[in-house]
Amino acid sequence: MSKSANALTLVLAACLLGGMTGPSAAQQMAGRDVTKPSAKLGLGRAATAEEIAAWDTDVRPDGRGLPVGKGTVKQGDDLFQEKCASCHGEFGQGVGRWPVLAGGAGTLKADRPDKTVGSFWPDLSTVFDYIKRAMPYGNAQSLTNDEIYALTAYILSMNDIVKDEKFELNEKNFTSIKMPNAAAFFEDDRETSEKQFWNKNPCMKDCRPVPKVTGRAMSIDVTPDGKSGPKVE
Amino acid sequence: MTDRTSAETLNRRRFLGAAGLAGAGAALSAIPALAEAAKPEPLITEVQDWQRYLGDGVDKHPYGVPSKFEKNVIRRDVPWLTASAESSVNFTPLHELDGIITPSGLCFERHHGGVAEINPADHRLMINGLVDKPLVFTMDDIKRMPRINKVYFLECAANSGMEWRGSQLNGCQFTHGMIHNVMYTGVPLKVLLDEAGLKPNAKWLMLEGADSAGMNRSLPIEKALNDVMIAFAMNGEALRPEQGYPLRAVIPGWEGNLWVKWLRRIEAGDQPWQTREETSKYTDLLADGNSRKHTFVMDAKSVVTNPSPQAPLKHKGRNVLSGLAWSGRGTVKRVDVSMDGGRNWQTARIDGPVFDKSVVRFYVDFDWNGQELMIQSRAIDTTGYVQPSKDDLRKVRGVNSIYHNNGIQTWLVRSGGETENVEIG
Ligand code: HEC
Repeated sequence: MSKSANALTLVLAACLLGGMTGPSAAQQMAGRDVTKPSAKLGLGRAATAEEIAAWDTDVRPDGRGLPVGKGTVKQGDDLFQEKCASCHGEFGQGVGRWPVLAGGAGTLKADRPDKTVGSFWPDLSTVFDYIKRAMPYGNAQSLTNDEIYALTAYILSMNDIVKDEKFELNEKNFTSIKMPNAAAFFEDDRETSEKQFWNKNPCMKDCRPVPKVTGRAMSIDVTPDGKSGPKVE
Repeated sequence: MTDRTSAETLNRRRFLGAAGLAGAGAALSAIPALAEAAKPEPLITEVQDWQRYLGDGVDKHPYGVPSKFEKNVIRRDVPWLTASAESSVNFTPLHELDGIITPSGLCFERHHGGVAEINPADHRLMINGLVDKPLVFTMDDIKRMPRINKVYFLECAANSGMEWRGSQLNGCQFTHGMIHNVMYTGVPLKVLLDEAGLKPNAKWLMLEGADSAGMNRSLPIEKALNDVMIAFAMNGEALRPEQGYPLRAVIPGWEGNLWVKWLRRIEAGDQPWQTREETSKYTDLLADGNSRKHTFVMDAKSVVTNPSPQAPLKHKGRNVLSGLAWSGRGTVKRVDVSMDGGRNWQTARIDGPVFDKSVVRFYVDFDWNGQELMIQSRAIDTTGYVQPSKDDLRKVRGVNSIYHNNGIQTWLVRSGGETENVEIG
């Protein structure tokens, strides 16, 4: 093969590669059927069972992912006072602006709803999953499974969902606990419940009476002073 | 040329009509004749330092920074909003920007456990769950996959969330600054999922971050296979640490919280996980006490960035009104602007690239005679959705839903040019 023919092959190869990485390739990929296996790139390696176990700690509402373990309300109370109360308050009432974890039952229709684990959260699994991955704030993933069961039990008791101090939460009775607000969630229905916002002919002229100012941000005066932002070097 | 002039005249006449001014004559007389400086300007008649002396050489800043005269162009936070800076938010200075691309260092930040600092050599992405073969990828693996480049907006679902009960914050940086618009480079998620091989009963994915919040969200599989990408670069360079370096999810048109940063794991499952971020947060409480969930899509929205409270009008006569519009359902088709609080509307001029699920930039070139204005904008997208007024939105949603406030913003421009965030009725 002559030098120039070689160069041409290279250019062609480059074009083909270019085509593969272009938007049309992406569109084709997006359109493919999931179930049909496509040519594999052969990248990545098999994840080991230990690796998966280390990262796959998530817990679902049906109990999938719950580790073996147990803890009582009383144990949870002690742990909570030691590791959580400095931010969330002794009874989960929240210190300063730190999140409130208890109370608020019956406030969801009120002027100022109080959304807490007890008044709002639909699933208990979320409490376990979240504490396991993120709490205590600043020292995440430092709790044992038994400690998380105990803390979850204490949060339930602070919210009057369990009443007995001796109540023990474990992987077997976990899914039997129902959260008070569980039935109040429904799938996004904006396309039907807000279909009036799809409007073929939005008004252009004389659309409303002369408007009057009814509220001003300036009178609330909570805006940080734009001129005194953080120093930039 | 003549076409253009007549178009401009028409545009102006439309504005004058729309603004409901006393009459075209009054408005025109407010435009000052080209002023002649009384004395010659020393800036011109005298040699300035920068004209005489050598400036900085190359490499003064191996990584360039903005001019020192742009010190005010920064992200800002609202300290009273949150208890700690590691679980907080700051805001993009929309009123200082133009075009459609947000500079990487000005993209708003929202973290739940601070910015994870990860050496890309130490980063791993795992895919497990309902797949034929659970896999682990290195950053090098991901950079050997076919790449795409896409411009998308990312809007936090809580953007404008403080405004449900009425005007609170006086500046579009604070009312609308939880948005940025960036060109991403990365790999379609489909490519990675194909490597692992999804099982037929895989209906949802869980995306999980490597930060100290272990941020996790459930994502429907149809979306994942449609246009979701895994990005390692923004605006031509590696992701910024605060935007998820070295790897983040890009979920076009959907709420920012789903765009998991520092992405370390994707699990396939047959139902949603009901994580904290999709139950306690990012569900929309309505007036009747029930809550919408899985409200992923960001509805069409727009805001006039100039004038706005942090960028008042400074001159009578010629001015440029400028703003941004976007829709998570598709492409922005049209933007209308009102100068009289929504009584009359004119169609703004969109300039610059118009991409799917990206912001567009709009302008109205207008003459101002010093009369009070109530400026509004409304976006219309390719599905025919028209951005609603705040009152129309409150009628369906109440005022307690925190998220997805895409109501029309009103800026009151007073006769001196001062501009403020107001509610009108
Ligand atoms: C240093 C302060 C601090 C400590 C100590 C702390 N937390 Fe938190 N907690 C937070 C913050 C901040 C958040 C919200 C984080 C975010 O923005 O995502 C939070 C959120 C939560 C939530 C979710 C609240 C909601 O309504 O969404 C739960 C549950 C929780 N913490 C439980 C615990 C438990 C149990 C402990 C003790 C093991 C604990 N926290 C210790 C600061 C703290």
